[in-house]
Amino acid sequence: MAKTRDILLDPLSDNNPIAIQVLGICSALAVTVKMETAMVMALALTTVVTFSNLIISVMRKAIPAKIRMIVEMAVIASLVIVADQFLQAYMFEVSRQLSVFVGLIITNCIVMGRAEAFALQNPPGPSFLDGLGNGLGYSAILLIVASIREILGSGTWFGHDVFAFMPESFHYMGNGLALLAPGAFIIIGLIIWAHRTIVGKFETD
Amino acid sequence: MQKDDLRIVGFAAVVCIVCSLVLSATASMLKQRQAENVELDRKINVLKAFGVAVVGEDGKKISKDRVDQYFSENISEIYIAKDSGEVVEGMTLAKLPKEELKAKTAVEKTMLPLYLWKEDGKVRKYAFPISGMGLWSILNGYLALDSDLSTIVGLTFYKHAETPGLGGECSSDWFQNQFKGKKVFEDGKLLQFEVAKGSAEIKYPGGSDHAVDGISGATMTGNGINRFLNRDLQYYEKYFSRIRG
Repeated sequence: MAKTRDILLDPLSDNNPIAIQVLGICSALAVTVKMETAMVMALALTTVVTFSNLIISVMRKAIPAKIRMIVEMAVIASLVIVADQFLQAYMFEVSRQLSVFVGLIITNCIVMGRAEAFALQNPPGPSFLDGLGNGLGYSAILLIVASIREILGSGTWFGHDVFAFMPESFHYMGNGLALLAPGAFIIIGLIIWAHRTIVGKFETD
Repeated sequence: MQKDDLRIVGFAAVVCIVCSLVLSATASMLKQRQAENVELDRKINVLKAFGVAVVGEDGKKISKDRVDQYFSENISEIYIAKDSGEVVEGMTLAKLPKEELKAKTAVEKTMLPLYLWKEDGKVRKYAFPISGMGLWSILNGYLALDSDLSTIVGLTFYKHAETPGLGGECSSDWFQNQFKGKKVFEDGKLLQFEVAKGSAEIKYPGGSDHAVDGISGATMTGNGINRFLNRDLQYYEKYFSRIRG
């Protein structure tokens, strides 16, 4: 059963979609200003990639090879629209803040990438786990980046003042750079560097 | 046609039908809740334009009940005939003809809604929707005026699809707060209100009470706001000039 565990756990670190495969960077930059939005985005993507893997894996023997990408796209797009509709109905504020980025999950390379690379060749069970693992791997990086950005940029975490213990006159002043896209680039870059050094994965020619 | 091709077309058709069924089921199931959210958001923006603190000190938005309470106690809605500037007696949102509800901006409407903020039986503030094209999309917002009908109490934009971070900044507090206390009417006539290109200071050294700073990188959104803000003010002026006395 070691293999099943690997399918789930590999994408968390050794084969992390963001840190190792460098996929899904666009949304990782865009929605990580605050923990709340990052959390919802992480949940939405994890749900979509898990179920798109499952559904595509179930259909994998029936999908004609010639139109397989279009079919994958249709499944993914439908799932994303459903997720977006639910957000608009139950988390209106957050869906407003995420604006176009929920819709852009459709173009997130992780989802399509896992469908192509895994779900088409593997049975539903492992595909489900692979989707879940990749979703969680993406979520982990997203939450780490969002934590750093929110704390550095606004001095808060999930909206709570983390520097409240400091005396009023020494109160933390947010670093604007952390809130902007360049700050996110720098932070993600540093995380990828640190992560690859620790797990010892390098690209070699 | 080969048998294989037929299978492909068949499969694609099945996928399309299943996907569209799932999507329409979800959409119609959630429609009511979404509509409630949008309606609450619209009401909150009316309150915000009126200068009500819609976000408490604990960072939480005011509750739906509190919003409804404001609307039943302080706010009443009347309709103005666009051509004549007269109040349309007995008109309410529920009675509005369908074409009026469909109209996206004041240009297409024949009756214009006006919100009155009453305290102690007297009208203290007026608010009305402003809407028009920005760069990519129609901006929807509210403008509230003081009882003298010349000073801006507040302005909000809540629904638009401008570029996030550029034109999308029109819904941010720093942009909207600039409008508070500015004048739209002085010395017996309507002023041309202006969202400047860049800093208003540069164009009007020493400051101006009818211009605010524009958004960097969003001049077109600002120009759009200028166009429809002044246009909508003129429509309402027909009524305002009657009650200004």
